[in-house]
Amino acid sequence: MTTKYTEDHEYIRVDGAHGIVGITNYAQDQLGDIVFVELPSIGQKLKKGDEAAVVESVKAASEIYSPASGTVTEVNMALAAEPGLINTSPDADGWIFKLKLDRAAELDALMDDAAYAKHTA
Amino acid sequence: MSMNTQGRPTGIGIAPAGASTPAGAFASTSGSSLLPNEPLLFEIGDTEHSGVDLPDASIGDEFLGGFKRTTPLDLAGLTEPEALRHYVRLSRLNYSIDSGMYPLGSCTMKHNPRLNEKTARLPGFADIHPLQPVSTVPGALELMNELAHWLMTLTNTSAVALTPKAGAHGEMCGMMTIRAAQAARGQGRRNVVLVPDSAHGTNPATAAFLGYSVRSVPANAQGTVDVAAVKAALGPDVAAIMLTNPNTCGLFEPQIIEIAAAVHEAGAFFYCDGANFNAIMGVVRPGDLGIDAMHINLHKTFSTPHGGGGPGAGPVVLSEALAPFAPVPFVRKGDGPLALVEHSSDTHLGRITAFNGQMGMYVRALTYMLSHGGDGLAQAAKDAVLNANYVKARLTPTFSAPFGEGPCMHEALFDDHFLEGTGVSTLDFAKALIDEGFHPMTMYFPLVVHGAMLIEPTESEPRQTLDHFCDVMLDLAADARAGNAGRFTGAPTRAARRRLDETRAARSPKLKWERAESLPRAAE
Repeated sequence: MTTKYTEDHEYIRVDGAHGIVGITNYAQDQLGDIVFVELPSIGQKLKKGDEAAVVESVKAASEIYSPASGTVTEVNMALAAEPGLINTSPDADGWIFKLKLDRAAELDALMDDAAYAKHTA
Repeated sequence: MSMNTQGRPTGIGIAPAGASTPAGAFASTSGSSLLPNEPLLFEIGDTEHSGVDLPDASIGDEFLGGFKRTTPLDLAGLTEPEALRHYVRLSRLNYSIDSGMYPLGSCTMKHNPRLNEKTARLPGFADIHPLQPVSTVPGALELMNELAHWLMTLTNTSAVALTPKAGAHGEMCGMMTIRAAQAARGQGRRNVVLVPDSAHGTNPATAAFLGYSVRSVPANAQGTVDVAAVKAALGPDVAAIMLTNPNTCGLFEPQIIEIAAAVHEAGAFFYCDGANFNAIMGVVRPGDLGIDAMHINLHKTFSTPHGGGGPGAGPVVLSEALAPFAPVPFVRKGDGPLALVEHSSDTHLGRITAFNGQMGMYVRALTYMLSHGGDGLAQAAKDAVLNANYVKARLTPTFSAPFGEGPCMHEALFDDHFLEGTGVSTLDFAKALIDEGFHPMTMYFPLVVHGAMLIEPTESEPRQTLDHFCDVMLDLAADARAGNAGRFTGAPTRAARRRLDETRAARSPKLKWERAESLPRAAE
């Protein structure tokens, strides 16, 4: 399982042809208290860079772009009741949606852990 | 019981049989008998009462083409004192500049001198109509001309479009003149607008609304914009830069003259967001800095009221290069009497608003200018800057200043670094300020600063008030760091309402009143 990052601070944790998408710890810290998450619908087809979700904090509403092309297979319904999960656990409980990938090769263009750490330094 | 001509009782409400809420009754909120838990008008009044005594209109059925209401109107009736008390009680739930300090500053509301209101009510200004013959309103034209003169003098510019209704409208007007000027030069293909990342949100929104794409210019470690960053972003596709000065971090852009030169050299125009003109009016003339267009919020800088949602007024001053493209209408001074130019076939933009703008605000703004004089306006700007620096000096180093402890302009900016590890967020801190009798400061803006707290005391607060405010802020900071997070996360506890669920209020607002079962309906 590998994790890749976009310049817009989404992560995708990839396991074979499936990926879990969320926003990074850096992103949640910058946004502040998250108060609302607009989730994509299951079955929705996304192209890389499409707007997939909206995360609203006390500070701003931010679009979440899909890090890869694919079909949404699952969304994190827990965020509807508790959007703050993105703040407390961005990498685990605060995931946003799961994606069945069209082309795993697309991920090569994204940053790995080291590159992302440098990007946010 | 006294009755009107329709036989409806006009006395103080007496509850109809079966009503659980007696008309006119209200319960206080728990623990504070001075703060009413105010019911809605429909819950105070009832359909059996009327506060007015209207004669029977005697409109026959035939007058309405045979249509006639078949069900009762079901409107609650109230006596005059009931209606009056309802609104007075509601007003007591409000925090206003007239009841205490507003650290949001001129951005939202600074003190509105009462003299402004007196002049705005003069019948020669208050009772005129935009459609009456221009020859009957020479005084209004004179006032508009005088206001334009003051605005151009304060900014050293060549023209002013008075009519925009607010800052964002002024931005749009200014950017439309820039677009028109470039089209006239055959440069209509410039389609990018540079916007620093500390900009007001309306700047990129205005550019996008007019079809431009936005190119972001990063702020440097000092919280200002670098010439180098602007130069790197400039190109033959750039139409303009939109820059706020002083900027949203409360800092004067020290390289603004070099930035203006670089922008002009690249064939682009310089739009300045004048929202923070309060810090420099009478001290710095933006025209001297090289700006081509700037809106001036009369409702911020020139003290016209807007806390109730308006009306605002955002005149735009224009450089010589843009003056030929100013929208109509405008007042023209020739040899004879002043003329109102409402149609123009040359390069001027058409109308951007109906009629002639916010006349009442023009009167108030000019009153503010004339009552202060040029020296008084400069003094007000200096006092605004002094007050902000006084607050900054008293709160530093307890509060963390993201761009150093050096002087600021009219706003003191802090981040939430000093709250690290306390479990208290900027939002909690602001809510606790409500319990201490102050309106919160601007929170989480500018976006470039983590957990921002932006404090603008304005020129009109005396030192005692600033000291009281700073004492409260320091006490709150000490308490947060002493581990008393409960004072913050549960706040406010002393206001009429506890903390609101802002997400639910925005996402599932309850916009329609629904009659409680217990309330009586009008008799069929």
